[in-house]
Amino acid sequence: MAGALQAATAALLSSTPLKTYGSDRLRLGSAPRSLAGRKGSFLVVRSDAGFGSGSNARTRPGKLIPNAVATKPDASASSTSSKPGHELLLFEALREGLDEEMARDPRVCVMGEDVGHYGGSYKVTKGLADKYGDLRVLDTPIAENSFTGMGIGAAMTGLRPVVEGMNMGFLLLAFNQISNNCGMLHYTSGGQFTIPIVIRGPGGVGRQLGAEHSQRLESYFQSIPGLQMVACSTPYNAKGLMKAAIRSENPVVLFEHVLLYNLKERIPDEEYICCLEEAEMVRPGEHVTILTYSRMRYHVMQAAKTLVNKGYDPEVIDIRSLKPFDLYTIGNSIKKTHRVLIVEECMRTGGIGASLQSAIIKEFWDYLDAPIKCLSSQDVPTPYAGTLEDCTVVQPAEIVKAVEDLCK
Amino acid sequence: MAPSCGTGNHPSSLIPRLFIRRLGSIKAGESLSQECDDSNFQVLDFPGGKVNFSSELRFLSESPLERISCYRVLDDYGQIISASNFQQVRKEIALKMYSDMVTLQTMDTIFYEAQRQGRISFYVTTIGEEAINIASAAALSIDDIVIPQYREPGVLLWRGFTLQEFANHNFGNKYDSGKGRQMPVHYGCNKLNYFTVSSTIATQIPHAVGVAFALKMDKKNACAITYFGDGGTSEGDFHAALNFAAVMEVPVIFFCRNNGWAISTPTTEQFRSDGAVIRGQAYGIRSIRVDGNDALAVYNAVHAAREMAISECRPILVEALTYRAGHHSTSDDSTKYRPLDEIEHWRTARDPVSRYRKWIEGNGWWNDEVELNLRSNVRKELLQAIQAAEKTEKPALAELFTDVYDQVPSNLREQEKLLRETIKEHPGDYPPDVPV
Repeated sequence: MAGALQAATAALLSSTPLKTYGSDRLRLGSAPRSLAGRKGSFLVVRSDAGFGSGSNARTRPGKLIPNAVATKPDASASSTSSKPGHELLLFEALREGLDEEMARDPRVCVMGEDVGHYGGSYKVTKGLADKYGDLRVLDTPIAENSFTGMGIGAAMTGLRPVVEGMNMGFLLLAFNQISNNCGMLHYTSGGQFTIPIVIRGPGGVGRQLGAEHSQRLESYFQSIPGLQMVACSTPYNAKGLMKAAIRSENPVVLFEHVLLYNLKERIPDEEYICCLEEAEMVRPGEHVTILTYSRMRYHVMQAAKTLVNKGYDPEVIDIRSLKPFDLYTIGNSIKKTHRVLIVEECMRTGGIGASLQSAIIKEFWDYLDAPIKCLSSQDVPTPYAGTLEDCTVVQPAEIVKAVEDLCK
Repeated sequence: MAPSCGTGNHPSSLIPRLFIRRLGSIKAGESLSQECDDSNFQVLDFPGGKVNFSSELRFLSESPLERISCYRVLDDYGQIISASNFQQVRKEIALKMYSDMVTLQTMDTIFYEAQRQGRISFYVTTIGEEAINIASAAALSIDDIVIPQYREPGVLLWRGFTLQEFANHNFGNKYDSGKGRQMPVHYGCNKLNYFTVSSTIATQIPHAVGVAFALKMDKKNACAITYFGDGGTSEGDFHAALNFAAVMEVPVIFFCRNNGWAISTPTTEQFRSDGAVIRGQAYGIRSIRVDGNDALAVYNAVHAAREMAISECRPILVEALTYRAGHHSTSDDSTKYRPLDEIEHWRTARDPVSRYRKWIEGNGWWNDEVELNLRSNVRKELLQAIQAAEKTEKPALAELFTDVYDQVPSNLREQEKLLRETIKEHPGDYPPDVPV
C-alpha cells in the first residue's frame, strides 16, 4: 500500500500544479481572492537576490514567498534562479515547520507524552528537545485533559503551545478542556484572553491498530465553536499548515493521519505558509466534483486514474479546512460540474461528510444536477482483522462506481 | 537486619527496568542491582532511590493515627496565640484587609438580595470565606496570576476591581469586561491578572500549572495561584495537575478551600482521606493545613508558600479549613440538607470577619463608629452601582458574534445577517434593552 501511496504522490506532482495561497497575515474569513482563474497556470518562484542561499534557506526566516510551488524537473528557463527544493517525508515536513516556528518565536513550545528525548511516537519532534531544551519540548505524565489544560493556561499567559496527542483518539480525554475552555475562554472573557494553541496528532484508520486507535476525532470536534480544524495530507501542506496553525491567534486542531507520515515529496527551500481556511485543488476537471481530505485523497486519486482511462474528467478537491469549509472553492467547482461526491473516512452518522452535504445543499442546491453522494465508513468500531478493516474504509473501486453512478 | 520501613514491600523479585532521566544528561539511567552487604541485609536500588526490604507483611494504614494539625495565629476571640509563629502585618495592610472583608460581606448580602428580587439572574456568595479571599490576596503581589474557581471575588476586590465593575458584570451590561457573555460571578480581568472564571469544576487547576510553566520559562518573579473547593479535589484534573506540577517543578500554589460541602455532599462523602492536605505528599508536594477563618494564618501561610514556590520553583498545597456559611448559590437552599444550628454556629461563633475585627480593635486600630461608617458607605456605594448598572444598556447584538475567533468569519457574519433580518421582521419579539 505504501508503494501505491508513493506512486499516487508522484502522479500528483507530475499532473497537477500545487495551488497554494500563502499570505503573511492570515485572517479567518477574509478572502482576498486575487488569484484569478484557477486554471492550469503554474506559478514559479523567483527568489530574491539576498534571500536564502543554499542549505540555509530552509532554516533562515526571511520574507515569505506567497504561492510557493515546488518546481517541476522540466521547469521553464525563467525559473533558473529558483532553488530546486528538498525532498522529505511528511513527518519530517511537520518537524521542519515546527522547528522553523520555534526558532522564529521563543514563545512556541511543545508539550505531550514522549515528545522530548524520545522524539515523539511518530518522530515528529525528534531532535527538538536537544535543540531547544527540556522546558520548551516538554514531556508530560499521562493525563491528556491535564496537559491540554496546561497548554491552555500557558497560552492564556502568552506562550504558544503545540500540544501533541499521541493518537487523536486519546484527545477524547481532553474533550472537556478543548470544548469548555479552549473553544470558549476567548469569548467568555470578553476577548481579554487569547488561546493561540495548536492541538495535533495522528488519527484515522491505520494498519490494524484496533478500534480505540482508529478514531476520527474531526466528527466530534467539528461542532465546538471557537475552534478551527485543518487536515494535512502532503508534506507540502503539512509543513505549511503547521506553520500557519502556530501563527494563528485562534486554537487550531491539526489532524494528521497515521498512514501518511512516510509520504515523500519535494518541497521548496523558501519559507512558505498554507492558508488555514483554503481548500486545495488537486486535479481540475469538468464532470464531477470529488471532495475529500487526508488519506482518502490518495484513494480518490487512485480511482481518478481509472476514471480518466474510462473517459471521465473528475475534479478532485482536498478540502483541507474542516472547520470552516472553504465554500468558495467548493462552490466554484459545483457551479462548474453540478455533481458532487464526498469521500471521507468518518462514519456515516455525524461526520465531516454529513456536515459538508448539509452546507452544500443549503448554499448550492440550485446548481446540483444529481443528489450528493457521500462515501463514508460504516457506523461500526474499526475491527482489528485486516480484511474487515479494509471493508470499513472506502476503497478506490467504490469511488469509481460512485462516479459512474453519478454521471449516468 | 534490614530495618522495617513499613512499606509492605513484597520480598519477591522485582523486574529490573532501565529508565531514562528526563532532565540533565541523557545517559541510560540506573540499572537495578541487588547489593548484598551481608546475607541478611539487602537493599533495592530502584528508580527514585534505595528501598529497604522488610520481612514483615505490614500494610500502611488507610488513615494516620492523628489528623494533620492546623496552623492558626488568632484564637477564637481574636487574640494572638502566644506561641504563634507568624509575620506581623503592617497597619495599612491589616486595615485594608478588614475593610475589604467587610466590603465583600456587604457585596454578598446586597447582590444576593438583588437576585432574590429578580434584578440579576444568579449569584454565588462567599459567606464564611472572607478571610481566605482577602488574606490570601493580600499575601500575593499583583504580578502573581490568579486562576480562580468561582468563590474568590475577594481576590479581585483586593486588587482593585471596583464595585461598579462587579455590578456591571453581574448585570451583563455593555461595560462588563466579559461583554455580557457569562453568568454572573464569572468575573475575569487580565489587567489585574485574574483569569476569567469557567464554571467547570477543577478545569482551572491544570491551567494554573500551564501558567506557572510560562512564568518559569520567562523567569518571572511571580507565581500562579489557583483556588478550588473540597469537591474539586475529586476531579481527575486535580490529581493530574498536582502530579504535573511536582514533576515539572513549577511555581504554583494550590489553594484548597475545604469548606465542608460540595452543594449537598459533605466531605465525608467526598473523600475518605484526611482532607486535601494529606494528598500533597502522595504527589511529592509540600503542603500545609491552615485555619481558613483566621485571616492572619491564611496571610502567613500564603506568604510563605509564595516565597517557597518562587525561590525553589516548586508547587505548594495549602488546605484552608473553613465553612460555607451561605448556600452553594442562589439556586440552592442548604437548609434542606444540613442543620440550621450548624449554619448558625459557623455564622456567628466562627465568623472570620468578626474574629479579625476583635484583633484590629485590640490593637486600637478600629472602633464601632468607623465600623458603622464603613458599612453604610459601602452599602450606599453598592446600591448606587447597582442602580447605574441596571440602567446601562446591554452589549450590542454584534457582540454575540465577536471573539469566537480573532476575526469574525464569513459563516458567522452570515448568521448575524440572518438574525438581524429576523429582528427586523419581528421587532416585538426582541428585547428592547439590547441595542441592535
